[in-house]
Amino acid sequence: MTEFLHRYGAEIVTLTLEHLWLTGAAMLIAVTIAVPTGIALTRSPRWARPVIGAANILQTIPSLAFFGFLLPLPWLGERAARVAIVALTAYALLPILRNTYAGIQGIDPSVIFVARALGLTGTQRLIKVELPLAASFILAGVRTATVTCVGIATIAAAVGAGGLGELIFRGVASVDNGLILAGAIPAAALALLLDASLGLLEKRLAIRTGQRQTS
Amino acid sequence: MPAAIEFRSVSFTTAQGRVLLHEISLAVEAGTTTVLLGRSGSGKTTLLRTVNRMVEPTSGDVSLQGTSTRDADLVALRRGIGYVIQETGLFPHFTVERDVALVLEAQGSPRADRIRRSHELLTAVGLDPSTFARRYPHQLSGGQRQRVGLARALAAEPSALLMDEPFGALDPLTRAEMQDMLRALLARLRKTVLLVTHDLDEALYLGDQIALLQEGKLIACLPSKKFLESSQPEIQAYIRAFHRGERSAAAQQEGRP
Repeated sequence: MTEFLHRYGAEIVTLTLEHLWLTGAAMLIAVTIAVPTGIALTRSPRWARPVIGAANILQTIPSLAFFGFLLPLPWLGERAARVAIVALTAYALLPILRNTYAGIQGIDPSVIFVARALGLTGTQRLIKVELPLAASFILAGVRTATVTCVGIATIAAAVGAGGLGELIFRGVASVDNGLILAGAIPAAALALLLDASLGLLEKRLAIRTGQRQTS
Repeated sequence: MPAAIEFRSVSFTTAQGRVLLHEISLAVEAGTTTVLLGRSGSGKTTLLRTVNRMVEPTSGDVSLQGTSTRDADLVALRRGIGYVIQETGLFPHFTVERDVALVLEAQGSPRADRIRRSHELLTAVGLDPSTFARRYPHQLSGGQRQRVGLARALAAEPSALLMDEPFGALDPLTRAEMQDMLRALLARLRKTVLLVTHDLDEALYLGDQIALLQEGKLIACLPSKKFLESSQPEIQAYIRAFHRGERSAAAQQEGRP
């Protein structure tokens, strides 16, 4: 065991960081796209079905095929990491988009009514009322997306994007269970860790608004 | 001097063609309280909402101090009118202190001013700021929440106050306390008030004049003192519907030897 760690330890750390970078970059882009889009959908709800439907379709593309489709594209294909980040972003969109939309739509209409009646502008209503009240909900979407992306990112190694999938693919190729576990265990641990920390943050946000008091 | 609030032939028809308000004309003098009385669905809340344009009249006009609200800037108009609604009007994620001064915050007043004004108003509605300022709505009783709602409506020093069944969800004793508090406060502040209720007793206690609405029409508008004496059948029917328990108890007592 110690010998194994001695041999692969440094590589596991590097690949874990790489994995974290792929997931982190994809999440950042996904949040930047999905949260504003979700907000826009609450302003014109007739677009909600088609747009969320489109994000849903992205979700159904098998990940290995998705990576494969993106690889021949001009700028993207130059670097495997770009391909991986774009594909991961696409998978992260749906949960964040759906929760942003549903989180804001789900706010008690009387609260929105009062915000309007008091003379809050549209932007003030969004920043002071809607986003804070939907925050824990939106974060729950980010959390789901993150955990999914950590898992899917292991497949990115198939197109040479790196990450912990490297060890898994190598292990599969050489029928070496130790190597598979060396990739799988850190990936699982990473997912659990991110899930737990985002979960903590989510709970804090919800308690601050007093929403969880009764449930 | 023009009336503080004046409705001129205000009508409202829903997109489905239901007539909720039919040609209502009514004037409210500055510094007085007018009660809009009527059963559920009579249009009193809809009429109230035409004042801050949360409902846009289909025809007719509402004016404040002689100026039509039609051309007013919506945000400025709403900030200049205090509004108290029944129950859930408070923001679940704001402390009492912040909620009360929300309109000032929206206007960009400095934080120190907002806090000072907020504490001043909490005191005025009978809530000790040192106890209540940092609380959230779910940590308050129904009566306390309504007090906060009233304090918030007064924050921007509005000339007019709209109150939509402000005490509707409270038990009779709390309701009576709140009515006393409001009466004392209004006597001091001299606001123009439009208050919606279905409670005749509340109307008589708080109103300078009472406007009875029925199916979107204004049946009568009388000074409170003359309301009980009116021989109009709709008013008589409304009066008869109240105090029935009292009368029946009295009748039973008389019947006994």
